[in-house]
Amino acid sequence: MLAEPHRRVKRRPFELVSEKLIEALICVCGFSAIIFVFSIFFFVLREGAPFLSRLQMGEFLFSTEWFPTSQTQPKFGVGALVVGTLSVTILAMIIAVPFGLGAAVFVSEFCAGKAKETLKVVIELLAAIPSVVWGFIGLTVMSPIVINTFHVPIGINMFNGAILLALMSVPIMVSIGEDALKAVPDSYREAALALGATKWQLVYRVLLPAAKNGLLAAVLLGVGRAIGETMAVLMATGHSVRIPKTIFDPVRTLTATIAAELGETSKGSDHYQVLFLIGVLLFTITFVVNLSADLVIKGIRKK
Amino acid sequence: MTKKATKPVIYLGALTTLAIALLLTGCGSKNESTPGSAPGAATGGKKQPIANIGSDTMVNLAIAWADAYSQVEPAVSVEVNGGGSGQGVAALINGSCDIANCSRKFEEKEIADFKAKHPGKDPKEFMVGYDALSVFVHKDNPLEEISIDELQQLYMKDGKIAKWSELGVKNIPGAKGDEVILVSRQNNSGTYHYFREIIVGKKNEMRLGTVDMNGSKDVVDLISKTPNAIGYSGMGYATQQVKHLRVSKKKGEKAVEPSIATTLDKSYPIARPMFMYTAGDPAPQVKKYLDWIIGAAGQKIVEETGYIPLPKQ
Repeated sequence: MLAEPHRRVKRRPFELVSEKLIEALICVCGFSAIIFVFSIFFFVLREGAPFLSRLQMGEFLFSTEWFPTSQTQPKFGVGALVVGTLSVTILAMIIAVPFGLGAAVFVSEFCAGKAKETLKVVIELLAAIPSVVWGFIGLTVMSPIVINTFHVPIGINMFNGAILLALMSVPIMVSIGEDALKAVPDSYREAALALGATKWQLVYRVLLPAAKNGLLAAVLLGVGRAIGETMAVLMATGHSVRIPKTIFDPVRTLTATIAAELGETSKGSDHYQVLFLIGVLLFTITFVVNLSADLVIKGIRKK
Repeated sequence: MTKKATKPVIYLGALTTLAIALLLTGCGSKNESTPGSAPGAATGGKKQPIANIGSDTMVNLAIAWADAYSQVEPAVSVEVNGGGSGQGVAALINGSCDIANCSRKFEEKEIADFKAKHPGKDPKEFMVGYDALSVFVHKDNPLEEISIDELQQLYMKDGKIAKWSELGVKNIPGAKGDEVILVSRQNNSGTYHYFREIIVGKKNEMRLGTVDMNGSKDVVDLISKTPNAIGYSGMGYATQQVKHLRVSKKKGEKAVEPSIATTLDKSYPIARPMFMYTAGDPAPQVKKYLDWIIGAAGQKIVEETGYIPLPKQ
């Protein structure tokens, strides 16, 4: 054992070279993510940019008239699509947040041993289901159930899509929410219990306020997941350009519009460029959501 | 002891990473060099390309033909592009394609343009099949027939019909409420374009708020699960779960059942022939391809992809 420090000082030249190489490799890996994000943004913007000069921003953002292939006067108003994206996301969060955070509290505080491990594995399994499978479930299984349970004329609608999105974003909320709860020092729990708090009081009065930043970050990442989701909402929301009046109206989202229409537009046409601008709009929305999630997480670290 | 054990592991990891990296780059350059050094060695010569551009309605069919033909004639490769009938026409006039797919006839102006570019030649027309759309409702819907006018009022922006009772339909079993759920297609599909043109008219817009499905089969699937729905799709996509309607040109006129026979005798109103055009007489390879399309093997593919084949001679 005495020989150990001696060996570490005397390195062979190969060791030194490989050390540097690996350092460089890891450095490239780290920066590549940044390069990728910026180049994707650049290329998406470049495809859509020629149309920017002719685009009336007010009409683009607030008009609900989406007639991209009209033979008389094409109109590119994404208002209804923005409303569709936001409404289905908000409804999904109304469903997902209580479930996600409730599950996080249960897994972290009320569960132990085997049950805890099993729950965590199963919840992570939920995240492994591909979105096209979710969409298929929405289209074939949920649609008739929604029609017959709620007596509505169409089964693929905002509610159907929101349920799927909720199920897809719950796993993220649970794992990040659980981490946030775990980060609350045990002394808090011990102190609360020592003061005679019940388990419910402990969760409600101590843990939730202490972990609130982490839980908020969990929710915001779930929101990001829901906004960006494409395949499931394309199949399950009905894909209908309109401002929904009830939660059982079909809607259309920004992502689904790109997915459905980009494949068959001719490259460089107005329609093609507008679809890329929708991409930029989506990028901006998710960027804002993720950035606020990051800032919130940073807030926790400082504490 | 643990340190002694972990160090070699790290080196091993680094070495494998390097080896993989080297292998990958090595493979990459090897792949790049292969096609250049031995072009088409396997087929014993250069593949003869046939450029085939045009109608989006026909693009799936054209791709199916091209795929099947590559088995029949491996020396020829048919390259299919969509973009619309107009693009096919333009490509034929500019000489950038061998065959233009057209879900309509050449217009007079286009023929004049063509003749100006290619003196002494005519665009040569080959009819290759028919495209017919059926109007579908849920199988329990009592409605049996519908007129083009009624379809226009349903599907046109600001159209007057939005409820089943306005079509004279009451009590659809299983339906919730009176609302008509309009099923349509994404606004780039050839089927959507054709339906809009013939039902709503070129100058009018489609109604916003239709449920736009992403495939002919999806339309039928959705209607089969939605008693309130009506929609259109290729005639070949009919199933047991949906009912096709007889269609009349005007309310009160005789409604016609969609079928191969009524498409061929032109009595069914939502059907049109599909054409392929060549610049003058086609080159031997292209002629052979067109003959194969019009022949039994090509027409079988027409039927399989949901279109109507040519009448048997």
